[in-house]
Amino acid sequence: MSRVSVPCHVKGTVALQVGDVRTSQGRPGVLVIDVTFPSVAPFELQEIMFKNYYTAFLTIRVRQHTSTHTPAKWVTCLRDYCLMPDPHSEEGAQEYVSLFKHQMLCDMARVLELRLILRQPSPLWSSFTVEELQIYQQGPKSPSMTFPKWLSHPMPCEQPAPLLEGLPDPSRVSSEAQQMWALTEMIRASHTSTRIGRFDVDGCYDLNLLSYT
Amino acid sequence: MLQEESDLSLIIAQIVQKLKDSNLYAQLERQAWDSLQRPEIKLESLKEDIKEFFKISGWEKKLQNAVYSELSVFPLPSHPAAPPEHLKEPLVYMRKAQGSWEKRILKSLNSMCTELSIPLARKRPVGEQKELLNKWNEMGDEPDLSLFRPVYAPKDFLEVLINLRNPNYESGDSLSFRTHLGLIQVPLKVKDIPELKEFFVELGLSTGQLGIDDSTQVPPELFENEHVRIGQKVLAEQDSAAAQQYIRQGSPTALRAELWALILNISSQPEDILYYEQLKTNVIQHDLLVDSLIYKDVKLTASNDDYYFVFEDYLYQVLLCFSRDTSVLSHFAYNSASPPKSYIRGKLGLEEYAVFYPPNGVIPFHGFSMYVAPLCFLYHEPSKLYQIFREMYVRFFFRLHSISSHPSGIVSLCLLFETLLQTYLPQLFYHLREIGAQPLRISFKWMVRAFSGYLATDQLLLLWDRILGYNSLEILAVLAAAVFAFRAVNLMEVTSLAAAEAVLADLSTLKVMPLLQIFLFATVT
Repeated sequence: MSRVSVPCHVKGTVALQVGDVRTSQGRPGVLVIDVTFPSVAPFELQEIMFKNYYTAFLTIRVRQHTSTHTPAKWVTCLRDYCLMPDPHSEEGAQEYVSLFKHQMLCDMARVLELRLILRQPSPLWSSFTVEELQIYQQGPKSPSMTFPKWLSHPMPCEQPAPLLEGLPDPSRVSSEAQQMWALTEMIRASHTSTRIGRFDVDGCYDLNLLSYT
Repeated sequence: MLQEESDLSLIIAQIVQKLKDSNLYAQLERQAWDSLQRPEIKLESLKEDIKEFFKISGWEKKLQNAVYSELSVFPLPSHPAAPPEHLKEPLVYMRKAQGSWEKRILKSLNSMCTELSIPLARKRPVGEQKELLNKWNEMGDEPDLSLFRPVYAPKDFLEVLINLRNPNYESGDSLSFRTHLGLIQVPLKVKDIPELKEFFVELGLSTGQLGIDDSTQVPPELFENEHVRIGQKVLAEQDSAAAQQYIRQGSPTALRAELWALILNISSQPEDILYYEQLKTNVIQHDLLVDSLIYKDVKLTASNDDYYFVFEDYLYQVLLCFSRDTSVLSHFAYNSASPPKSYIRGKLGLEEYAVFYPPNGVIPFHGFSMYVAPLCFLYHEPSKLYQIFREMYVRFFFRLHSISSHPSGIVSLCLLFETLLQTYLPQLFYHLREIGAQPLRISFKWMVRAFSGYLATDQLLLLWDRILGYNSLEILAVLAAAVFAFRAVNLMEVTSLAAAEAVLADLSTLKVMPLLQIFLFATVT
């Protein structure tokens, strides 16, 4: 299934914090990132992809277009999805993550806006966020590659009557020949790239110093 | 994190791709082709018949073993958007640390070249080639090596690991609850004792173990005889996965060589012997600076070792051939390290003249030859010995000298060791720390060498059985902690690093399996 990247605008992160961010001792444990799609009509979301940076849990809320009369609603489509199994240690901290439509709690049609709510309960990390955020919608369906049935499975009645006694059945011969042909083709097509193991260039491996780049 | 259903097909695609380039693929094809002559292969059911033929003739098992070997060596396919370096090491700061460590090694090698005014590599004149060929089996009398020094020793590497920091980690300068009391300051996830107990469940008290239940006091009917019998059956089946499971309880001495070869999927085909001969030719044609480092290392380590000095010539042969083996380069796809680069003389900066140095990309350090030495007890045929070592290196040993976050990587092993010791022997840990004898300063060299050269060989092989059996190096950290636990009473009395080192200087009398078992399963905490 093809997918198409949706141009989006990722707003700056907003920290949820009690007291003054600059003076307060504790760091925020919740960040909010809004993602808007200014140049796109409401679309069906297929996949959200990003590189994690020390976010432990992710909640996503989505604003969907309903009808022209009622205002668009915010719905939670992913709740506390775990990105770091142990928030105090590195596991998952810098992983690439894809979240798909079918993992969401609600239908992802007619998306207007997304809100990512990032949580990091561990005080060990100076900062956390998500990077390289990409939103995908489903691309146009590729043209069907299947042949019509009549081409691959000829009707029995259309097969010619058996020929003279003693001659092999032509359909069998053809299918066997086909198999033989496939086998030969397969062997011809596969170039086994055996290890040659050359490390010299045209027989020369005279080196003075190592390169730093 | 991918969709689960597509995960499997990705893994399959990756393995098929890998195997298509292998010798096995060509062999299977040849077999299929030849089998067409057989009467039981019918054209109308060609595919099924050939599959059946593969099953009966044992080729299916070989394919299975190859797939199993791919699965245990290569990491699972990562997210499609992840760049190749993410597969080498997912944490950016670890990659950077490895990069600057490599730069230090390069500088040190380059300055050695400049100081001694010798090139990194040169072609040997014909006369010299002949001479080397003649003394291939007794290479010990290498000329003057006094000017050469190992590029680095485990001690230097430990300093790098101690200074490793996560820039996003709030440790601050002052001692706080966030500072680790040990030397390693990176917050990697390591297994705790319950997790270790589960992981190493076959080492439990209720399971028979070679290294414990084969001692002279135990009648062999109780465990040993039956275990040997099963071992023979496993070998007859030629199944890598079964062998790996079996060896978790230890390998009988007589079956070990074959079992390890089976697990590592090394079969010693004629073409492998040919390949080894080719490497030998490459050694004879080209003279490398790393050769002198190898000579020096063997002289400094294995030649001085009571167990291993007899294997000196084997070690030269294997290590020199290893340095020329370009097939080792492929392991850099999943190793955080990268091979050093150089340019053919006079072609600096021209990409088509860029080469890796040494050809296998691995610069040996002080103690490197100890990875090979214990294998000499098992394999006498140089080409087989060579293949086993190469496979052990690209599966395990490279992790002991690259900076990575892998659970078997040296950083995780160090942290696991320190965590275990702090959790289960807090007084001992505190005491040693107070007198300036951080335990890791003592145990680091054991782990970097996978205990080779420290334990008696029979004990070392029992330990390496478990490395192969669990496809993990974590057992090294557990044993290091177990050794400290075993010597805890004496260590509590020492008052200096030197005295602590003296208490732990000789490990050659230790029995590893009882130590591991007691530490993991019989310590009340």
